[in-house]
Amino acid sequence: MSGHSTYEPKSGFERWLDSRLPILRFASDTIVTFPTPKNLNFWWTFGGILALMLGIQIVTGVILAMHYVPQVDMAFASVQRIKRDVNYGWLIQGLHANGASMFFLAVYLHMFRGLYYGSYKAPREVLWILGCVIYLLMIGTAFFGYVLPWGQMSFHGAVVITNLIGAIPVVGPSITTWLWGGFAVDDPTLNRFFSLHYLLPFMIAGVVGLHVWALHVPGNSNPTGVNVSSAQDTVPFHPYYTVKDGFAISVFLILYASFVFYMPDALGDAANYIQANPLVTPAHIVPEWYLLPFYAILRAVPNKLMGVILMFGAIATLFVLPWLDTSKVRSMRYRPTARLYFFIFVLACIVLGFCGAHAPDDLVIPGVSGLQVGDANLNSFVWLSRIGALYYFAYFWVITPALGLFETPLPVPESISEPVLSHPAMTPAGAVASPEKRG
Amino acid sequence: MADTVVGATADLHVSGDDPNRRDFIHIAAGVAAVGLVGGLAWPFIDQMNPAGDTLAMASIEVNLDKVVEGQQVVVKWRGKPLFIRYRTPKEIAEAIKDDHADLRDPATDESRHKPGKAQYLVLIGVCTHLGCVPTFGGGDYGGWFCPCHGSVYDTSGRIRKGPAPLNLAVPEYSFLTDTKVKVG
Repeated sequence: MSGHSTYEPKSGFERWLDSRLPILRFASDTIVTFPTPKNLNFWWTFGGILALMLGIQIVTGVILAMHYVPQVDMAFASVQRIKRDVNYGWLIQGLHANGASMFFLAVYLHMFRGLYYGSYKAPREVLWILGCVIYLLMIGTAFFGYVLPWGQMSFHGAVVITNLIGAIPVVGPSITTWLWGGFAVDDPTLNRFFSLHYLLPFMIAGVVGLHVWALHVPGNSNPTGVNVSSAQDTVPFHPYYTVKDGFAISVFLILYASFVFYMPDALGDAANYIQANPLVTPAHIVPEWYLLPFYAILRAVPNKLMGVILMFGAIATLFVLPWLDTSKVRSMRYRPTARLYFFIFVLACIVLGFCGAHAPDDLVIPGVSGLQVGDANLNSFVWLSRIGALYYFAYFWVITPALGLFETPLPVPESISEPVLSHPAMTPAGAVASPEKRG
Repeated sequence: MADTVVGATADLHVSGDDPNRRDFIHIAAGVAAVGLVGGLAWPFIDQMNPAGDTLAMASIEVNLDKVVEGQQVVVKWRGKPLFIRYRTPKEIAEAIKDDHADLRDPATDESRHKPGKAQYLVLIGVCTHLGCVPTFGGGDYGGWFCPCHGSVYDTSGRIRKGPAPLNLAVPEYSFLTDTKVKVG
């Protein structure tokens, strides 16, 4: 797909430029004539949505940096000033803070899409790994960004996360001091986190470039998982997918706008409206919603170092997924057994998120005293997190490798066009020979 | 004639057991480049460690005149809370009683205060799990309780229950007078 270029320079200037910097040829091959499978559904629109969200976060972020003061005595007040006094600061800050949540929402749907349709399988392993790198950078960026408003949750979230590194034997405490630039999360920490928060999005943009490059070598996968076999299986990216992506973006922006304009604080934590106080810890420390599942995995383990290893292991696992999956069939459309386990996996992620939001000893079903098993109540969020975490790892390391060996997939179509053309609806009695002329 | 010369050089290069001057210059240049990059990397890494002025503010003096029995003062030291607790005789007795209990991080109560100053317990008020600030009076051991993940410390600040691996740390400190301590 990345082979032959169909770009034809139309004017003298385009010909002149094309022989010096073929940038218009590149743009045309990438987003105009790029042959795209004709059966992509709406789950394939999140790539475009994510590119837009990255753009919005960078633009709003650069503007916020013009008004923000990365200093412990002024950071909190400067964010409040942005929200109250800076012209349209309420809008730009709201877009940025809620934009992070929208960005993660889109990336999770994009990742689940990849899991369901086997988009990580050969020849798209590098594409998948680059996506995992982007996700990792996003987590880092979101963490650094959340510290900047310097509220109670910002501060103590930073304390808890940087202390995770202290769990590393021998060198852990020195690394923590090095990260802090002092003996606690303080002014030097805030300053460097601001610097890194500004840096990482541009690194994300760089890796996104590689991600798109890696996409354009094998081309898009598609809901059938069958390789493109002829030109009949594809349509040009423009106008077919520019319009489809544009529609999806519009719908997504409605959701985004409804948060920004009607419930700008719904996804935040009330404790972050209290300025950071190193001497008092909020009763209940929770990360933002998009990191709750990993927080639940961390707390599921009574041992500090093991908890940290499992939490990072949950993300590291994604990197090796292409080699854990033994199935030759890409799309779960033709893998009914795998589909069942996949939906349980999605449920496990949601349950883990739910667990991460609650105190470990809270009861899952109120009013039921439950049974003491080991070190905790079976009806507590500790045990629910353990069950969820166990399934999370089992799904990747046991179920996925085993399914490919033992399941019987449904017959896979010969080509992308075949299931469409053989569908009963396609050959109704008295079919119109030239449907485009109808009406 | 030319063939012979080329053949001879190639053999020398492939066998590798007789490094010639070109190999030497490659290795020397490589080592110099690695050394240079390594040497330059250190300033860029070390700049993130605590700066001179941060280190200079690393010790404080605290007056204990106003701390009465059963009271705890919290002061900020190196950006962290410092607990200075005037313990009651009952708390001290409880702490000594548990000296040989099944402790995760074994330490006698005596090792955690200055000689003859059993009433003053000076601790870094940071949970050894993930750095939250424990509150006094919670938990089953009459000491501190960490609200984040449920670690429980006794009246000597030793870890008794929950995920934290170590006792609350005792900072380096000394008594300047009977009621004045210098921490750090």
